[in-house]
Amino acid sequence: MKIVISSTGKTNEDLLDKRFGRCQYFQIHDTENGEVKILENKGQDSSGGAGIVAANQLNVEKVDVIITGDLGPNAFELIEKAGIKAYKCANIVIGSVLEKYNKGELEEIKMSGPAYHGAN
Amino acid sequence: MNIAVLSGKGGTGKTTVSLNLALALKSNYIDCDVEEPNGFLFLKPKIDKTEKVMVEYPLINDNKCTSCGDCVDACQFNALAKVNKDIILFQKLCHGCGTCEIVCKYEAITYKKRETGKIESGKIRDINCSRGILNIGEPMAVPIIRQLLKNLSGDYNLIDCPPGTSCNVVNALKYAEAAILVTEPSEFGLHDLKMAVELVKMYKIPFGIVINKDDGKDNIVKKYCRNEEIKIIGIIPYSKATAILYSKGEILYDEMHHKIIFDKISKEVLLWN
Repeated sequence: MKIVISSTGKTNEDLLDKRFGRCQYFQIHDTENGEVKILENKGQDSSGGAGIVAANQLNVEKVDVIITGDLGPNAFELIEKAGIKAYKCANIVIGSVLEKYNKGELEEIKMSGPAYHGAN
Repeated sequence: MNIAVLSGKGGTGKTTVSLNLALALKSNYIDCDVEEPNGFLFLKPKIDKTEKVMVEYPLINDNKCTSCGDCVDACQFNALAKVNKDIILFQKLCHGCGTCEIVCKYEAITYKKRETGKIESGKIRDINCSRGILNIGEPMAVPIIRQLLKNLSGDYNLIDCPPGTSCNVVNALKYAEAAILVTEPSEFGLHDLKMAVELVKMYKIPFGIVINKDDGKDNIVKKYCRNEEIKIIGIIPYSKATAILYSKGEILYDEMHHKIIFDKISKEVLLWN
C-alpha cells in the first residue's frame, strides 16, 4: 500500500505540511517494501488549481492513502472520484504521522475544507 | 481620451475622483471594479440597457473521448483533470482559451458558453454611465472588463479601475491613454502607489497623482512625487464635510468647495489631450 504525506521536507524528521495543493514535497511511503519516494509537488507554484495539479500527480502514482491537513473542494472531488482515502493530521514530524496512522489514530477526511486555504 | 483611475491601495478615492471628474468633464463614466462596483450608488443613473457577459468552456463528447489525457496536459490553467477513465472539468478555472480543442485528436471537444456577469448602462445628467458586475462566486473579472471597454466612444471616458495592480487593472490599463493615480498620505497608500506608478510607467502614457485625505503638510506622498518628478494634479483635503457628503451617497461635485477642486483637476487632465 502506498501512503503519501504532504510534507515540508524530504526526511522522517521533517514536518507534515497542512496545505495539500501548496505543500513543497510529497513523501510516498510504500508499506510493502518500506521504500520512500520523494516527489516535488507540481502544484505549489501554479497560479491556480494547485490542488488539482497535486491530485493529478498523486493519481498517476497510484497512491492508496493521503495524509494531509485539509483538502480544498477541487482536490477533494478528484480524490474522492479516484477512490483514494484521505486522513487529517496536525503538522507533526513525518515519523510520528506514520505511527499515528498505523495505530488508527487519524481521522478520515470526509468533507472538503475552504477554497484557496493554502494560497500564499 | 480614455483615462484610467487607479490607486494601488483600496479605499483611497478612485470612485470619488472618477465620477466627480466625469461630471466636471461631462465625460462617460465606466465602473470597472466589477467585484464591487459602487459608482452607481452616487450617480444613480436610470439603467436602460443590460447585457450578459458570456465565457466559453469545453464540452467533452464521451462517445468520442478516449481519455488520452492530452487536454489535461495542455491546459495551462489546471481546469482539466483525469481520474482513471474520466476527464473532469473545473469550470471556474477555465479561461476559454481553446487549447484543449486544438490538442484533441479525436474532435471530442466543443465549446459552450455560460454567463459570468453582466454590464449595465444608463444615463444621468447627460453623462453615459456603465458598470460591470461579476456574478457571486465567479473568480474571473477580466472578461467583463474587456467587454466593458472594447467599444468605448465619446471624447472622454473615465475608467474607474479595481484596486491593486493585478490582471484586472492591467487589462483596464490596456485601453487607457492617460492615468490618474489616487492616493492618500499613509504608509500603505504610498507603498501601493509606488507599485501602481511602476505599472503605469510600462504603458508610456501621461499620468498624474491626486492626493485624497490630504493633511495639508509636506507629507510622504508629496516628498515622493517631488523626488520622482511626478506631477500632483489635485489635492482633496482631509475633511469631515467631505466624509459626511460621501456617507450620505451625495455627489461632491454638487457642493461649491468640492466643485472647485474637481474643476481644477479637469483642467490638468485637459492638458494631456
